[in-house]
Amino acid sequence: MSKIELKDWQEKIRTPEIECISRDEMASIQSKRLVEVVNRVYDNVPFYHEKMKDLGVEPGDIKDISDINKLPFTTKEDIRNNYPFGLRAVPEEQVVRVQGTSGTTGKLTVIPYTQKDIDVWGECLARELTMAGLTKEDRIHICYGYGLFTGGMGLDIGVSKLGATAIPMSSGNTKRQMMCMEDFGATAFACTPSYALYLAESLKEAGVIPRLKIKAGIHGAEPWTKAMREKIEGILGINCFDIYGLCEISGPGVAMDCIHHKGLHIQVDHFYPEILDPGTGTATKEGEYGELVFTTLSKEAYPLLRYRTKDITSIDYSRCDCGRTLPRISTFKGRTDDMKVIRGVNVFPTQVEQALVSMGGAVAPHYLLVVDRVNNLDVLTVMVEVDESYFSDEIKKLDALRDKVGKVLKQALGIAVKVKLVEPKTIQRSEGKATRVIDNREI
Amino acid sequence: MENNTIKQLSIFIENREGRLDEVLHVLGENDINIVALSLADTEDYGMLRLIVSDPLKAKMILKEAGITSMVTDVVAIKVSHATGSLSSAMHVIVEAGINVEYMYCFANGAEASAILKTDEPDKLVEVLGKSGFAVYKELEAYNANA
Ligand SMILES: [Zn+2]
Repeated sequence: MSKIELKDWQEKIRTPEIECISRDEMASIQSKRLVEVVNRVYDNVPFYHEKMKDLGVEPGDIKDISDINKLPFTTKEDIRNNYPFGLRAVPEEQVVRVQGTSGTTGKLTVIPYTQKDIDVWGECLARELTMAGLTKEDRIHICYGYGLFTGGMGLDIGVSKLGATAIPMSSGNTKRQMMCMEDFGATAFACTPSYALYLAESLKEAGVIPRLKIKAGIHGAEPWTKAMREKIEGILGINCFDIYGLCEISGPGVAMDCIHHKGLHIQVDHFYPEILDPGTGTATKEGEYGELVFTTLSKEAYPLLRYRTKDITSIDYSRCDCGRTLPRISTFKGRTDDMKVIRGVNVFPTQVEQALVSMGGAVAPHYLLVVDRVNNLDVLTVMVEVDESYFSDEIKKLDALRDKVGKVLKQALGIAVKVKLVEPKTIQRSEGKATRVIDNREI
Repeated sequence: MENNTIKQLSIFIENREGRLDEVLHVLGENDINIVALSLADTEDYGMLRLIVSDPLKAKMILKEAGITSMVTDVVAIKVSHATGSLSSAMHVIVEAGINVEYMYCFANGAEASAILKTDEPDKLVEVLGKSGFAVYKELEAYNANA
């Protein structure tokens, strides 16, 4: 296949009556739903009842969406403290499914869903799959993990809602993924961007790309960059899209970018976003960066008020070139807790990735940051893979490459960096969330 | 014209325990005979350079084992064991203004060889030839200690 250029793209919109309405019309849908959800949690979730009482807020104080800042926040800690089902807002018999996080740190997070929650989740994804140009004629190869993790199951639910064919591959076994992708004639695939790149490289190496029918890739669950997207698009000859979600809110599909790639459209009729100063918790000026905070407007089983995602982004409410008015969040600048303060400078792993990719293929965009403290001084070591095509048998040339990477990173991050070149394909490709930073400092 | 260069296998090796052993083990298991070996060391990594009995097969085998290697053309000069033999060869090279990236030696009984990486292999062989130094041909080098 070949990548569809913007000028040849034909935009399809599944629900223009929602996706293209004015901001005022959307606000009235959101206001109505906010009032409902606040009443439901006040009546059914002791945690929220207490929190609202502590703040002196009653459901009657919430009249429209602009009252949202009167409501209490919810944090990951709150969810953990009420593990597993303490924040459930419906009786057990209405729950039809649970999904959760991969649980890389601490306790698992497990979220229950009613049938309506599943339907809403699927509908959001169906809108987004449509945004990626897919229809019920398509076959979508899902190589996100299935199981508790929302990636595989979430996409599966969305593909069903769209009426397309789901190919539930789950993650792992790249050889089998490649064989099925070719044999089943998949027209799109979904997985993390790092695995997408790995898979694309493997497909190229195996020479099967000319026999594939893939035209779109749906990738998320970890940060990636425009350059990385273009690399995957270039290798496979497809259009790739950035999907975002978190299980606390529903799963993948809370937001996705369209062909214009000018931010990720949020499904704001179901998930209301705020951008707050991570320190003070007050709203930033429109367009400024801050922490993304979500309120679930229609969730039944596990509604959350003002859930602090820790993702740093900004939001754009202007109408997109695709025709949608769903506001768009920009590429995440990082996470409030992935952000490392090194020698007083804020460092986000995504900055490293962007810098590496900007070098145009000299090194693979797979990296690991290691922060140490040596003699009371922070030392940042960046381990990067030497791309096979750039590999040299001359130490002089490898050292020059290392120094060049060091220079590029110093420029991007504003601090000196120790670069360590490592063998190609030795840094872990993740099928869930990637570990990008190891902090050995004891602070 | 016959090829003046032989194929060397270069392998990037991280300085972590057992990695060199792993590479040599993979080659040994697949009946790849090592004729010459040089390991250049830096703080963070090593560069292993090998002359082996079948360089292209060795590259394939390593790739299957997940080890990236590259094939580099190098010149293997025959030098006798006589004192000053290597020195006079080097003298010829320096006089001709040929840049040598790196060099290492190996010996097999009566024969010895200096392996050189240069970007002007033909010129190198020509000036050496005029001064009476011969170079190894591919098969001859790969089977030098067979
Ligand atoms: Zn758009």
